Amino acid sequence: MASETIDARARSSRPPPWRDPRVRGIVLQVLFVAVIAAFFAFLVHNTIVNLRRQNIASGFGFLDREAAFGIGESLIAYTPADTYGRAFVVGLTNTLYVAVLGIVLATIVGTLMGLARLSGNWLVRKLAQIYVETFRNIPLALQLLFWWALLRGAALGPREAWQVLPDVFVSNRGIVFPVPREHPAFQWMALAFVAAAVAAHFAHRWGRERQAQTGQQFPSGWVGTGLILGLPLLVFLGFGAPLALDVPVLKGFNFAGGAALSPEFGALLLGLVIYTGSYISEIVRAGILAVSWGQTEAASALGLKPGQRMRLVVLPQALRVIVPPMTSEYLSITKNSSLAAIIGYPDLVSIANTTINQTGQAVEGIAMIMAVYLTISLIISLFMNLYNRAVALVER
Amino acid sequence: MRIKGFLGALAAIGVGLGLGGAAQAGPTLDKVKQGGLVCGVPTGIPGFGMPDSQGKYSGLDVDVCKAIEAAISGDPEKVKYVPLSAQQRFTALQSGEVDILSNNTTWTLQRDTELGLNFGPVVFYDGQGFMVPKKLGVKSAKELNGATICVAPGTTSELNLADYFRATKMDYKPVVIENVDEIYAAFFSGRCDVISGDASGLAAQRSGRASKPDDYVVLPERISKEPLAPVMRHGDEQWHDIIDWVVFALLEAEEKGITSKNVDDKTKSDDPTTKRMLGVTPGMGKALGLDEKWAYNAIKAVGNYGEIFDRNLGPETPIGFERGLNNLWTKGGLIYAMPIR
Repeated sequence: MASETIDARARSSRPPPWRDPRVRGIVLQVLFVAVIAAFFAFLVHNTIVNLRRQNIASGFGFLDREAAFGIGESLIAYTPADTYGRAFVVGLTNTLYVAVLGIVLATIVGTLMGLARLSGNWLVRKLAQIYVETFRNIPLALQLLFWWALLRGAALGPREAWQVLPDVFVSNRGIVFPVPREHPAFQWMALAFVAAAVAAHFAHRWGRERQAQTGQQFPSGWVGTGLILGLPLLVFLGFGAPLALDVPVLKGFNFAGGAALSPEFGALLLGLVIYTGSYISEIVRAGILAVSWGQTEAASALGLKPGQRMRLVVLPQALRVIVPPMTSEYLSITKNSSLAAIIGYPDLVSIANTTINQTGQAVEGIAMIMAVYLTISLIISLFMNLYNRAVALVER
Repeated sequence: MRIKGFLGALAAIGVGLGLGGAAQAGPTLDKVKQGGLVCGVPTGIPGFGMPDSQGKYSGLDVDVCKAIEAAISGDPEKVKYVPLSAQQRFTALQSGEVDILSNNTTWTLQRDTELGLNFGPVVFYDGQGFMVPKKLGVKSAKELNGATICVAPGTTSELNLADYFRATKMDYKPVVIENVDEIYAAFFSGRCDVISGDASGLAAQRSGRASKPDDYVVLPERISKEPLAPVMRHGDEQWHDIIDWVVFALLEAEEKGITSKNVDDKTKSDDPTTKRMLGVTPGMGKALGLDEKWAYNAIKAVGNYGEIFDRNLGPETPIGFERGLNNLWTKGGLIYAMPIR
């Protein structure tokens, strides 16, 4: 009843449409969307017309054509007889490979350096500070060229390679090392590893519950480590330790067999890790300093050891500050990996650039690069946001 | 540098979107008359296109641009040079950033069609070769199985290399770097066993960059044909004609013995072809939409093809090339001008 009266009154007192804020709002929004849509329609139309006038090929048909160029390193099988589409996937896997490794290592380096900057030891503190101030203030591209020149200049050619360990050689072609030959035992070991990890997780939970109920402690750290290392080892021994190594041998120009890390990959990974690590260390330091000193003192008063203090009291609170800016750093590692092109690591951009150049299809090529980086970045953001929700303060 | 390539590609998109606005069909000549020729040259190939310590460009590619500018405006110094890597060059041309590429570009079917380009007359006949350090003891390209090979991306060299190793059933590992300085630094530091590219370029880089040029050798095999020609966009026929005939005039001048020194005397010549070409008998310039002194100005500015070759690449230079295929057809080479009449 009441609402009807109000409605009726509102209707009777409603101003003419051109003065009604609601109507005006809707009209303006529709107009705005229409203008944007028209603008993009114009751009797309113009692109097509211009490309056609210059007789430049368009469309994604080129992805099925033979690429006919070689790629230096690839995680998946690739020959010049494969398609441009496959070459693109090779670039994508190379980008993901260096980005994932870079994220893990930069987190470790950054955390250690962040803790070192808070160390009570003057020397450690100052060294960490010098590291941070040096590497975050030099452009990454220069650092990459520096590491690359260093890595390829520091060692000799493969024929005079330096044997650091038995069958591990360092030369200006990178590091070559033996890898175990394929054997079914390895799949079972991987399975055992996963099983052990799950078991360790439950053992840890059980131990915590028991401690909460009875106060008795359970050495879940040791038990978990034992499980995770021991179970795969048992499987390995159960198969009769089938360790046949694929050993690198000097053959002609270079080493054949084994696995290799190229100087380009090494320089890119090193550059990304050290550069981003310097930013991460500041984030970690800020996060830890954001937890008030009273928390540490309170933890000490409860009798927690320094390690426990950090792990159980300070870090969980620091993570709330650390995680959101960390997301940006992870995103920037992924995007900065595109600088690979200047030192010749065949990442996505490098391969897409070659493709663009050989096919002349810049619009499609750039669109694909943008779409891929956008997708990767959004996925990283999604996971980091989920994680952030998990560590964030739960408000009641 | 790669970033620049990326920007170039973005610029191409920009033009595709109608933002660059430079890709109109037709009036390249008008634009050049107003603002001077914008010429895309190599970032650094000795003898073809390379800036000296004062940033002044010289080389065969550069002289082609000077000749064209001289034919249009009479003043070869009005050319603006844009150094472009192999990867940047086509997008720069397509997007209208440059009016012409004179950039050691190989004439291929795909570039002529799908990339929307037109090629002028061949100014240098080349072939792809391999350069190796002498101490490797390699005598032939057939011994290169398993080698690591430096090559510039976005070139025909990159593709020919893959073809050659596929055809001979050998393996190789490419190291692909866009920046010319970086790729030669990588090769001379031993990162690659071999560097592959146009044989002329290899020899030129060896003399220009190696600390001890004698330590390196270019292998005898030529694995491809590399006819290098100036490049224009599709869609401006008049511009295409001008490039064609300015280059032909340089070739014809050598055949007729017209040089930058004697071109003034030659205007008094009785030879009808010479008179037509130098504008003494008018008509040719008008047909091209240029001044009647077009060929005279071009030859006066840079000399005939033989002079250009000798000045930049010939035996007197550190590069020291023989004419070989690039000699006049009358002397056993492939240099042949269409009749100017």
